[in-house]
Amino acid sequence: MAVGQAKIKSIGAAQSPLLGFAMFSPAILYIVLVVGAPFLLAIFYAFSDARIGSDSLHFVGLENFRSILQSPSFRKALQNSIIFTICAQIIVMVCANILSIALEKPFRGRGLVRFLILLPWVAPVSLGTIGWKWILDSIYSVITWVLVWAHIVKPYNTPMWLGEPKLAMASVILVHCWRLIPFSTVILLAGRTAIPKEIPEAAAIDGAGFWRTLFQINLPMMVPIISVAVLFGTIFTFTDMTVVYILTAGGPFDSTQTLPSYAFATGIQGSDLAAGAAVSLFLVPVLVVIAYFMLRLAHRAEVG
Amino acid sequence: MAVVETRNLSKVFKEGELGAVNNVNLETREGEFLVFLGPSGSGKTTLLRMIAGLETPTAGEILIGGKVVNDMTPRERRIAMVFQSYALYPHLTVYKNIAFPLKAQKVPKELHKQKVEWASSLLGIGGLLQRKPRELSGGERQRVALARAIVREPAVFLLDEPLSNLDAKLRLSAREELERFHRRVGTTTIYVTHDQVEAMAMGDRIIVLNKGYVCQFGTPKEVYDDPADTFVATFLGSPPMNLIENGDVIVGFRPEHFRLAEEIKDSDKVIFKFRVENVEYLGAEFILSGLLVGGLADGKKVIARLLLGHEVGVGTTYDFGVPERHLKFFDRSTEKKVAARAITWQ
Amino acid sequence: MMKQKIISKIIHKVILAIFVVLLAFPFFWMAIATFKQDGDLYATQNNPFLFNLAPTMAHLRYLFGQTDYARWLANTALVGVLVVAITLLLAIPAAYALARLTGRWGERLGIAIFLTYLVPPTLLFIPMSRVVAVLGLQDTIWALVLVYPSITLPFSIWLLMGFFKSIPRELEDAAMVDGLTRFGAFVKLVVPISISGILTVVIFSFTLVTQEFVYAVTFISPRSKQMVGVGVPNFLVLGDVYYWGGLMAACLIASLPVAFVYNLFLDRFIAGFTVGAVKG
Repeated sequence: MAVGQAKIKSIGAAQSPLLGFAMFSPAILYIVLVVGAPFLLAIFYAFSDARIGSDSLHFVGLENFRSILQSPSFRKALQNSIIFTICAQIIVMVCANILSIALEKPFRGRGLVRFLILLPWVAPVSLGTIGWKWILDSIYSVITWVLVWAHIVKPYNTPMWLGEPKLAMASVILVHCWRLIPFSTVILLAGRTAIPKEIPEAAAIDGAGFWRTLFQINLPMMVPIISVAVLFGTIFTFTDMTVVYILTAGGPFDSTQTLPSYAFATGIQGSDLAAGAAVSLFLVPVLVVIAYFMLRLAHRAEVG
Repeated sequence: MAVVETRNLSKVFKEGELGAVNNVNLETREGEFLVFLGPSGSGKTTLLRMIAGLETPTAGEILIGGKVVNDMTPRERRIAMVFQSYALYPHLTVYKNIAFPLKAQKVPKELHKQKVEWASSLLGIGGLLQRKPRELSGGERQRVALARAIVREPAVFLLDEPLSNLDAKLRLSAREELERFHRRVGTTTIYVTHDQVEAMAMGDRIIVLNKGYVCQFGTPKEVYDDPADTFVATFLGSPPMNLIENGDVIVGFRPEHFRLAEEIKDSDKVIFKFRVENVEYLGAEFILSGLLVGGLADGKKVIARLLLGHEVGVGTTYDFGVPERHLKFFDRSTEKKVAARAITWQ
Repeated sequence: MMKQKIISKIIHKVILAIFVVLLAFPFFWMAIATFKQDGDLYATQNNPFLFNLAPTMAHLRYLFGQTDYARWLANTALVGVLVVAITLLLAIPAAYALARLTGRWGERLGIAIFLTYLVPPTLLFIPMSRVVAVLGLQDTIWALVLVYPSITLPFSIWLLMGFFKSIPRELEDAAMVDGLTRFGAFVKLVVPISISGILTVVIFSFTLVTQEFVYAVTFISPRSKQMVGVGVPNFLVLGDVYYWGGLMAACLIASLPVAFVYNLFLDRFIAGFTVGAVKG
């Protein structure tokens, strides 16, 4: 009797919330300090006159916001961020859907194909982008070479893939898509395999062909998964500065600047920390919207 | 309404391995309720899926309504199928689920409402039309699946173990509903199950399958009273038939025919000494299990099934007997049914 | 029906081929450039798909002999290992605590932590640069070691939470009935069982370190201290001249090992990203 009671008591003590608190507080503390504090600092800087190399720090109200909103470079950056993100998401979703359908059923060499397809996503961003810089070089581009060989362009009038505003914008979108398609494909694939096999079979028996099954059964059932892919894809494109920095450095003439790359250019390269902070704060509204949708997804998953 | 026929139908999934379905020949009758019965791995579901068009046969032909359908897609075969999980479209309402086949077959929209209402009233689910599948109970989902199947007025119904996902209690009422449904609608139906009680209760005829082969094809009475081999003999009936080796035959008798010798009225009977080892009281009957004592059958385990009113003691040996007309004989090596013969038990 | 099947098989192969080429081509191209002589590389009239001059190891020799590339790889590896250690140290207990001990609050805190994953470096890097300077960590790898866990922790905790939740409580209850404390059960039972989840976090954190660019380019200026992801674009370009051969070699070498390892653990990552959205 006494032994049994002792055992029960020890389990009771082990339920202590104190242990739980001790176990997660280092992580929480770290996150609050290293994420939360800088976030507040960013807001503070946006309303100040902070500069690199200067110790002065005064409150300047909405001055920074006023000046960047008037800057055509900023407006272009904002516009680009939105355009690049939306275009990339659309292209990626279509391609990832096609590719995930192609990868769904096992076939010989599927493992190798998967490895090759994943390369753009797993390679470090900057390095993959440099690879594209070489492919899109104005003089040495292999694409240009093929087009000249096929007599589609003249050798003395080759496209400046990264030098002409419209082409440069397309190139940035291209590289983003190139990076994201593997990621989205893999996520959609997981969603596809989660559909019970009997459902498309029932649809086949009911008389639905390939396209009807795809658009009326499969895709609607995959909406949560598609949402995850779109939400993450949006974050990765919208908040990325690496691709722009390496591919075009924002040029030509700021035509490919995005909010993050412009924030970097202003804040770090231009030493104007306050303006840079103000620019980067414009990322927040979009992130909040995304966070909202993520929460809704998580909630639906709990309930459903 | 149509007749389903298979000729020498086989399916091999992996080269060099045993076929899932081997050389099956069958022909349904118009409007009958035919059951594919067998344990898991017997090929019954594969057979059904080949008829549906979800698997391609390795050899043989499938005919529906007299036409060879091997090269036809499922939708061209005019069949309807109810899956084990019902496979209701989770994102569509009950109404849209039932209407989906109509949409897919390009039935004019004006007719949709009328047909859906007809099908749903047939199954008594008119009030559920705006619900989503996840809000329904198991029995309700079965009815929606049936409504979706019937709405196209198919030639053949295929049902793949639709009752196995239901609680035991629900299963009985769902089974009755299915029987009622079949009587009302009268479409040729093929029903797959591993449950021999369901097969006996529902089937007009039963095909018993084992390891991809057809063991027997007959009415419930035929497969129960006159099993073609030891597999059929032991698969049908619970508790299973007692089988005892004797010379070059196996002799079988059902537990309900194994009774106290003094109560058997038949003059021709075989008597054994039966030592009772275990008594299970099930309310309406007793299940006695024990060993035969003495003679050729010494030490064999047998089961007897007795009705109320007997007090039987564990450890006691009784004289139990089987009327000779209830003895079944199977060849010892092939395990197939053979003619009755005189044998001795000494 | 047969014809239909053959056509769809062909379409299937064509689609796969197109995507594989589009996605993997840059790496193939990197490999070719790595071994092409400069004379061949920069001759626009030559067919770029062929080796018109003999392949050469010159770029590789240049990369490893005359640049800080090897140094950058070492820097990245060192930071990677340190960050992985810190991440494991903080994330494993936190994930366990959130999965087991704090009930509904655990769920909420878990989601809150996951949401911090949505606060990007491109938002924080400006104030961070100031903080790093103030702490005197500017231009050292310690700045990165300090900051990178902020990127690895949220997802790692989320991933491990899902993992721990899938371990039945009865296992730990049984251990506790046998005399272990809850912490003891955690260390001796739960952690060993979760090795594959922990490995996933290790791989994920390490690859995140190799991939990160913003903080690395903001905090570190001297060439010798660079991470490979920053060193290559910023320092392999001398003046305005791009030594493409060496550049491509550098990109290829740094990408492939990461790719191999990531591929092995892919399914776990997917599970982490889609937790909840995909049931079963």
